[in-house]
Amino acid sequence: MPQTIPPYDPAAWLTEHGDYLYRYALLQLRDDAAAEDAVQETLLAALGAWERFSGQSTVRTWLTGILKHKILDIFRKRSKEPQFTTSSDDPEADLALLEKSLFDANGHWLQAPSAWNEPESNFARQRFWQIFLACLAQLAPAHAQAFQMRELDGLSTEQICKDMNISSTNCWVMLYRARLGLQQCLEQRWGDRQLV
Amino acid sequence: MLSCQEASRLASQSLDRILTLRQRIELRLHQMICSGCRAFARQLQHIRQACRRTESSEGIDLDTASLSIAAKARILQEITVKQRERKQ
Repeated sequence: MPQTIPPYDPAAWLTEHGDYLYRYALLQLRDDAAAEDAVQETLLAALGAWERFSGQSTVRTWLTGILKHKILDIFRKRSKEPQFTTSSDDPEADLALLEKSLFDANGHWLQAPSAWNEPESNFARQRFWQIFLACLAQLAPAHAQAFQMRELDGLSTEQICKDMNISSTNCWVMLYRARLGLQQCLEQRWGDRQLV
Repeated sequence: MLSCQEASRLASQSLDRILTLRQRIELRLHQMICSGCRAFARQLQHIRQACRRTESSEGIDLDTASLSIAAKARILQEITVKQRERKQ
């Protein structure tokens, strides 16, 4: 079915959506200059990505999707801490290694997951999101990529397998690996095990 | 009976594909008696909701913040340069 695709007009992306993107970036990055750079990077990347814009979302949503990736790149560069996880070529072996540190020989949790506070206010949600981004930035790039495609871009696992050229089993394993890594990181920084 | 290790793997997969009936029953049974795995499943939901939430403009309340004129001019110039490069 033909979708109505708006005309290609990069200047309008800036005039119509620039401030929105800037606010979005500022909220995450808390730094004027970094937010400006993120908007610029986003619009420049959008020039090259326009052919793939299907018109299924609005231009603003499409640009915001690109911006999210740019923000994550910045978080990754900022993160001076060593990566929480490493990835090897064998997702199963990689997962097994992490599982060993989380479960005992009978497969019971060594430390059971806790009930997290549900962030109810806008402020608490933003704080959760900041911590979440920092945790995502610590994942091995392949895990973070699979997770981003699934949860931020909303792609199906079939699409992710195709794009990353992996089997569907490996795809589920990578996503699980990413979620476990995030869960562990958030448990420490958001949950009961928070190191104060 | 599933172990917590198996149950958490299934809990993650349930977000990416439709589990078989047997897997769904086994997972549900395990979660009924295991508070740790119930909490884990809720945490995964929590993470998913946080990712979905940013799809909307909710939470962006810095109404007054906007790109400076100088920044807009600079970005517009960068766009023009890049477009010219791409045409060549």
